[in-house]
Amino acid sequence: MRYEIPIGPIHPALKEPILLQLSVEGEEIKEVDVIASQNHRGIEWIGMNRNNPIQSLYIAERVCGICNISHPSALVLAVEEAMDLEVPERAQYIRVIQCELERIHSHLLWAGVAAHEIGFDSLLHYTWKVREKVMDILELVNGNRVTKAIMMYGGVRRDIKKEHIPKIRKMLQYYKEGFDKLAKFFLEDKTIEMRTRNVGILTKEDALKLAAVGPTTRASGVKKDVRQDQAYFAYPDFDVKAITPDMLTGKVVGDTYDRIVVRLLEVKQSVEIIERALDEMPGGEITSQPKIAKLLVDLKRADGEGIGRHEAPRGEVIHYVNLKSGFEPFYSWKIRAPTYNNIMSWIPMLKGCQIADVPIVAASIDPCISCTNRAIRIANGRKEMLSKEDLHRLSVEKTKKLMRGG
Amino acid sequence: MELGMKCFKRALWIYHMNTGSCNGCDIEIIAALTPRYDVERFGIRLVGTPRHADVIALTGPVTSDMVDKVKRVYEQTPDPKVVLVVGSCGISGGVFHESYHLEGPIDKIIPDGTFVYVPGCPPRPEAIIQGVIKAWEILEEVRGNGRTTQKTEGEKD
Repeated sequence: MRYEIPIGPIHPALKEPILLQLSVEGEEIKEVDVIASQNHRGIEWIGMNRNNPIQSLYIAERVCGICNISHPSALVLAVEEAMDLEVPERAQYIRVIQCELERIHSHLLWAGVAAHEIGFDSLLHYTWKVREKVMDILELVNGNRVTKAIMMYGGVRRDIKKEHIPKIRKMLQYYKEGFDKLAKFFLEDKTIEMRTRNVGILTKEDALKLAAVGPTTRASGVKKDVRQDQAYFAYPDFDVKAITPDMLTGKVVGDTYDRIVVRLLEVKQSVEIIERALDEMPGGEITSQPKIAKLLVDLKRADGEGIGRHEAPRGEVIHYVNLKSGFEPFYSWKIRAPTYNNIMSWIPMLKGCQIADVPIVAASIDPCISCTNRAIRIANGRKEMLSKEDLHRLSVEKTKKLMRGG
Repeated sequence: MELGMKCFKRALWIYHMNTGSCNGCDIEIIAALTPRYDVERFGIRLVGTPRHADVIALTGPVTSDMVDKVKRVYEQTPDPKVVLVVGSCGISGGVFHESYHLEGPIDKIIPDGTFVYVPGCPPRPEAIIQGVIKAWEILEEVRGNGRTTQKTEGEKD
């Protein structure tokens, strides 16, 4: 006997709205369907209609509050390619430091949430306490804890000052000393191992087939990392290597435990990158075009298209931008967020799992629903959920759009 | 603020609901619960169902898909209740205003609610805590400083 169990869109285990349609036999999950669209805010539309490109940089930050450096990073890469904008060396280093600070905070955030999902709340609190150190540095350097508004076409908006550097080094020292303790809690604890070992396995073949990205695919043994494959910013100087779980445990299983291993090792890697970046950071300007009004005129005149690829904490994020001279907003703007690729890996992961494993397995890809839901998604089953009124409204809207010539 | 530990009538339970937010506010709400800010020491905690909650913390600008869910969650929460709107986008649409997929801001969806607004994009955990305290004061007032519900019912309007 099969039963259908809907999980979400509002569910205490999911911090963001998404609907998982599970079909179960007893405790075992047989079929999984994912229905997303609850978080769609029409960001690309805003960037192509309402905003000028500089305003769009700030809305790119609000694609996702957690990866709020990643989306602007990919966008500046795309726009700089489209308009051939030079970026000073120092700005590239600051960008690397900012990206890696974000990776630390994001992975620790995830580790806490993962601990919470298996009911290990004391570890959630410990991890978030550790995370506050990097939040302090983000606030010190950028002036805000979460949305930092640091990226700008042609450079960065704020410098890392001399007096910041000792404080950043102190934070790095804290993480270096605390890493072993954190790794012990996560990797040697019996509870975590019981709940995550051999749970939610994604095989290497599936990872390649579904084009999973980021720690999700690296945990399955695929050595894929944009910082290694197509280095950007100042990453070529650091020789970043993709991290796979066999570096620590000696084997690749592709389960939830391996995803914890990869993320923890990446925190360590980020600390090392920041340390080297601080040592090697050159002096000079932080932006090639400090006058925003001039930059805006240049953007309006520019013609061309560009693609920006950036390794966000959750995986590769791609922005495509087309600029047309005389047209102020982006002529076209397309965002491909990492969760968009990873979300389909839920299906092989969850098949054969128990219902109680859903929260931890779902969390193990570090889903970022707000990233995913910018575009309208047509997933299976969605059609049934549209009521007659909805279809009518959609149809009317499409007519209006066609009449406007859009 | 006359709210010392003395008039600590009951612990405040919060139901958090994401109506299409960018996660920025949501992570700050969780940051407020965890050791640095630690509101759990006052008994303020997140609960898994609106039926247990005194306060609904709403984040996000309310996308079209979420309208009926927001209404249902609001109806399921027992009276007296306060809606804590965290973040600028729930207050006015914020950076997402004019988007075609938004039905918000939240006061348009729940016209008769009691609101506490916490502006910011995202607000700091301290601001969220202050918002919770404001909600607390409102609830204490409505409950008539701990008098029974029968009396407050009689006092309606």
